[in-house]
Amino acid sequence: MAAKTLTIDDHLVSARPGETLLEAIREAGIVIPTLCHLDGLSDVGACRLCLVEIEGQRRLQPACMTMVSEGMVVRTSTPRLQAYRRQIVELLFAERNHVCAVCVASGNCELQRLAAMVGMDHVRYDYLSPDCSVDISHPRFGIDHNRCVLCTRCVRACDEIEGVHTWDVAGRGVQARVITDMNQPWGTSTTCTSCGKCQLACPTGAIFPRGVTVGERPHASERIALIIEARKQRW
Amino acid sequence: MGQRILIDPVTRIEGHAKISIHLDEAGNVAETRFHVTEFRGFERFCVGRPFWEMPGITARICGICPVSHLLASARAGDGILAVIIPPAAEKLRRLMNLGQIIQSHALSFFHLSGPDLMLGFDSDPAQRNIFGLIAADPELARNGIRLRQFGQEVIELLGGRKIHPAWAVPGGVRSGLSERSRDHIRAKLPDMLTIACQALGRLKQLGETYQREIETFGVFPSLYLGMVGPGGRWMHYGGKLRVIDHRGNILVDELDPIDYCDVIGEAAEPWSYLKFPYIRALGYPQGMYRVGPLARINICTTMGAPRADAELQELRQAVGPVIEGSFYYHHARLIEIIAALERMEVLLEDDDLLSSDLRADAGVNRHEAVGVSEAPRGTLFHHYRVDEKGLITHVNLIIATGQNNLAINRTVAQIAQSYIQNGRFDEGILNRIEAGVRAYDPCLSCSTHAVGQMAMEVELYDARGELVGRLCR
Repeated sequence: MAAKTLTIDDHLVSARPGETLLEAIREAGIVIPTLCHLDGLSDVGACRLCLVEIEGQRRLQPACMTMVSEGMVVRTSTPRLQAYRRQIVELLFAERNHVCAVCVASGNCELQRLAAMVGMDHVRYDYLSPDCSVDISHPRFGIDHNRCVLCTRCVRACDEIEGVHTWDVAGRGVQARVITDMNQPWGTSTTCTSCGKCQLACPTGAIFPRGVTVGERPHASERIALIIEARKQRW
Repeated sequence: MGQRILIDPVTRIEGHAKISIHLDEAGNVAETRFHVTEFRGFERFCVGRPFWEMPGITARICGICPVSHLLASARAGDGILAVIIPPAAEKLRRLMNLGQIIQSHALSFFHLSGPDLMLGFDSDPAQRNIFGLIAADPELARNGIRLRQFGQEVIELLGGRKIHPAWAVPGGVRSGLSERSRDHIRAKLPDMLTIACQALGRLKQLGETYQREIETFGVFPSLYLGMVGPGGRWMHYGGKLRVIDHRGNILVDELDPIDYCDVIGEAAEPWSYLKFPYIRALGYPQGMYRVGPLARINICTTMGAPRADAELQELRQAVGPVIEGSFYYHHARLIEIIAALERMEVLLEDDDLLSSDLRADAGVNRHEAVGVSEAPRGTLFHHYRVDEKGLITHVNLIIATGQNNLAINRTVAQIAQSYIQNGRFDEGILNRIEAGVRAYDPCLSCSTHAVGQMAMEVELYDARGELVGRLCR
């Protein structure tokens, strides 16, 4: 199939057919923020950080869920997009209790990096300060809902790579929570294989190895893509 | 007609406070109160957190003595894991606490109280600060800043940062000491010791100038509580608790921190956010006790460091076996800096310090633990209960300044009664009242577990309760 030619930020770019706009943008060396996307996992377009402007389309489109097409003219960083991205990150911070100073992922956190990237120097919304629980019933890992951004990367890593689907999402809106099995303590899950891929996939400090202290949880989400690559070569 | 004087805010202390002084019809002091006006709530919002995170969270209580919270919390964590931490970790924690004592005491003496002591209590308030001190005595001010910098540097070399290093953890510490860092600290010790000894020399010379202050700043019998090591040696980390009375009789000794509740009770008053701990055996408020540098040099048999010991003996011979006046907190602070530097010198000889075996690992083996460290301002208690998985279910923090609360209130009353007569007072007198508080180097951010810049006010009320005088900064 012939390559597609499109214009991204005034540059002509060629992309493979079937490629997402996000892939084409990245191959062109342009950086745009993402959160729910993780290389190797399916995309869900949930976080809305990779929204781009496409000429001829009234609505903004998430780059991770949009396929490239011939003649597309795309803008990735207009003032409108920048304002929305900052707003989205602020809303993420306002929704749960993200306290970087005492967080296990501080310095290794995608949300923290995003805040710096979009220039978030303060949050303009009232914090909801919800009363969220921490579950450290699993012998090796813990889940702190205070720090969860509902990106569902854990859900997809567990389902698509480990294949056990221990994680899922329950509730709606601000009540939504990631859950294990039938919304029971993680330590009582009968499906969890303790493989730790959810922890690798987690962009923040929400899922963490038990016993870590401030800033000690490493960020290793790229290992998900490595695992997939390694499996392809073996099988 | 009586009056009420308000000093609001009290300056050059850590946190927010005000002092109100009520005068009777004749204009003499009827009642004084030292109000702490901050509220925080760490004891509540830490509930539900994994206990491993507690050192990092509680260190944020204070920017001046985060190390004290870090160590008390990590020690409580050791108790929950029920482990004996590696010797290197134990010794490195001690080293960091010595650095902390040096930097905090230097801050209190040179930056906060230095302007009163060196420039005079009645000197121009516009100049009576660290900048005035730099102008008047650049050498002394520079030395003070260098001494504080040294203490901070020790903390940074160990924990990676000067303030809020998340370094001590349940089971040990996160990183060790390099040979280079050790040599760097060691090379600076002689200069620092000279600075501390010179400062103490200067303070001793001021004895005659401040005779009246020495006699009126918190001179009353009280109990003293603190930590001592084997043989009653001066100790700041890992020791047992001792309580003595004003005659030097040992009332409680070899008390394991886990049993602190048997000895210490906590009372509350509606006019202050700061609790009032007391010794249970004597009841409230008779069980008033003091903690901090003065208490530590009173309860210890020896400083365990030759130069500091010589200074302590000299002071005891001049004042008595139990040193009662709060003015002597300044002397005690400098003696402790000397002791800390001497102890550091000995500690740095220990090759264990360079070990890479730094962290013991375990699960939740106990559901309750108490961690105690001697903060620069006094004994600090962290008491945690956890559920079977390690989530915090109960937190009680007893902070040094809280334990001095009764004594600070009494000191304010004593100074006010001594200086304010017939309703007459001036700025210099109100500054003395503040300085009486400052002698304890209170940290109200810690003691109420609150945030904000230190500010304090003094209010003067008449007999009908109307505000007639106010000193506010």
